[in-house]
Amino acid sequence: MDILLQQIINGLVQGSVYALVALGYTMVYGILGLINFAHGEVVMVGAMIAFTMLQTLLAAAVSPVLAILLSLLVAMALCMALGYGIERIAYRPLRNAPRLAPLITAIGMSIVLQNLAMMIWGREYHAFPMPLGNALHEVGGAIITDVQIGIVLVALLMMSGLMIVVHRTRMGRAMRAVAENPSAAVLMGVDINRVISTTFMLGSALAAVAGFMVSANYGIVHYYMGFMLGLKAFTAAVLGGIGNLRGAMLGGVLLGLIESLGAGYVGDLTGGFLGSNYQDVFAFFVLIAVLVFRPSGLLGERVAERA
Amino acid sequence: MKLHRPSNRHLAFALALLVLPFVIDAFLGHGWVRIADFALLYIMLALGLNIVVGYAGLLDLGYIAFFAVGAYTYALLGSPQFGLHWPLWMVLPVCALTACFFGVLLGAPTLRLRGDYLAIVTLGFGEIIRIFLNNLNAPFNITNGPQGISGIDPLRIGDFSFSKTHELFGVEFSSVHLHYYLFFAFTLLIIFVSLRLQHSRIGRAWMAIREDEVAANAMGINTRNIKLLAFAMGAMFGGISGGLFAGFQGFVSPESFSLMESVMVLCMVVLGGMGNVSGVVLGGVLLVILPELFRNGAGPVQQALFGKILIDPESLRMLMFGLALILVMIWRPAGLWPSTQRRRESMPDESVALQEQDTVYDASK
Repeated sequence: MDILLQQIINGLVQGSVYALVALGYTMVYGILGLINFAHGEVVMVGAMIAFTMLQTLLAAAVSPVLAILLSLLVAMALCMALGYGIERIAYRPLRNAPRLAPLITAIGMSIVLQNLAMMIWGREYHAFPMPLGNALHEVGGAIITDVQIGIVLVALLMMSGLMIVVHRTRMGRAMRAVAENPSAAVLMGVDINRVISTTFMLGSALAAVAGFMVSANYGIVHYYMGFMLGLKAFTAAVLGGIGNLRGAMLGGVLLGLIESLGAGYVGDLTGGFLGSNYQDVFAFFVLIAVLVFRPSGLLGERVAERA
Repeated sequence: MKLHRPSNRHLAFALALLVLPFVIDAFLGHGWVRIADFALLYIMLALGLNIVVGYAGLLDLGYIAFFAVGAYTYALLGSPQFGLHWPLWMVLPVCALTACFFGVLLGAPTLRLRGDYLAIVTLGFGEIIRIFLNNLNAPFNITNGPQGISGIDPLRIGDFSFSKTHELFGVEFSSVHLHYYLFFAFTLLIIFVSLRLQHSRIGRAWMAIREDEVAANAMGINTRNIKLLAFAMGAMFGGISGGLFAGFQGFVSPESFSLMESVMVLCMVVLGGMGNVSGVVLGGVLLVILPELFRNGAGPVQQALFGKILIDPESLRMLMFGLALILVMIWRPAGLWPSTQRRRESMPDESVALQEQDTVYDASK
């Protein structure tokens, strides 16, 4: 029983990270109909910046809480600038180009960011500083760490913040209008370029937070960490119905749960034939199954028409 | 592209390609002939993917899986792994058929999906294949896991082994030269099939689906079967080049079939010009040769300019590759050498009309 609980906790934590990253994919897709392949790299850059900031601040004997807050804010700010830059350089010139062209520039962008990060931070794994320690708590036989509790709380906070921005502010209304019908939105006086830039910046800020969280959880950062994470998060976004914010959150948490439960129990289920090293396969199998039976994803009814 | 009667120009071009390995060998060295061999393998792959993405418009991000299936089929049927040593003429068709089977396996459940959903499912499929190859060493050892399979039989027809140096007509052909000619022959075959398919009933059906699936269906095209056929044909070409790759390399491991490779092949197709065979070939040549040039050139150039190597040439190479992808797409969104039809869509009318006039005059010369 405690193993089940443990897997559920791990799944929820991982799922919160997926959900935050998936939101970035889904917002961009909802508005531009474009897979922002470079989004995973933004997560990585966010983690790397947070890592460098934390290290310098702690070396300068800044108090741990302040150091964490500052490095998180700096990572978010720089990632927002990065997201803005990516959109300006790689996507804006191609807004009316054939559909595959922006996909290729996105891939190019992702390669560029990865290799830049490798030049700056090197090929090796870095240990992510843990200034506050990481106490363990026992809940009904399962173990949960401070960092994990923090991840779930921060993720919830960020997601509610995003929902407020999207549903309660002027800019949010403009974003929803552009997602619904770009040309009509322009006719209504929405500055579409500003909306798109804001979308990229919001998504990138969430990505920076996710990067911070995932490195704190695993305790390491690496220039290649964004790739698989981005892939999984995109899978989560599709699972929930891409273009749909609630779908991305649901998809992220579900994917995290499926992965950790799958990895935990696949050995027992298949009589030892498949082991936990098939964890990644699980995510993709579920994805294929969902898409075959429900091609628009779990919550994505309206958006499917446009795909 | 119509198949014209071969002119002197074509013959000269063909002749140049035939002596090319010797020219490369003389000026650049043996290593570059090997790179030319790989370029040919990649061209075959890109042509296969061109059927799926370029003709039928189905975005496949896991295409390398079929290459992997072909390579592993060859490796399992011709290596000490199971003690099997099938001859080439039996193995290659099996590679093609296995890949074809996997193509249908992937195609069947995903037929209803469109655009980006299809992209992510194919991507997942590619990863699934790679993960299975990586882990199928326990409890039964099939693929030998991450270590891969080594000691694979060289490509051999009868007693003629392509991995040994032979003397023919008084000229010495080393292994890389022989592989060049073998791959060249296969590439020509695949180009021929691609060109014939393009203007066949099936090819036109694929393009109709690419432009508008609903309309194609209304015109009486059996979209389900035709799309499956695209997956199967594309996979088949991938399987064949995979088999050749395994025999050429003598070693396969899951590492060679990462998502990055799928992306690379897709870039060849899109960068070169989707749906246009010449463009895809150009894309394949450029994306194999240019990074290699960079790999060999970046170090010495930095040495000459700054007196030391500032940036690791390998990451600089990838950086430049990424930048090139972005710049080329911004500069020519339809690819370097788009098909006439695509050019018509992405350019103002007059310039295309003028260009077409040019070609008419050219042909009448």
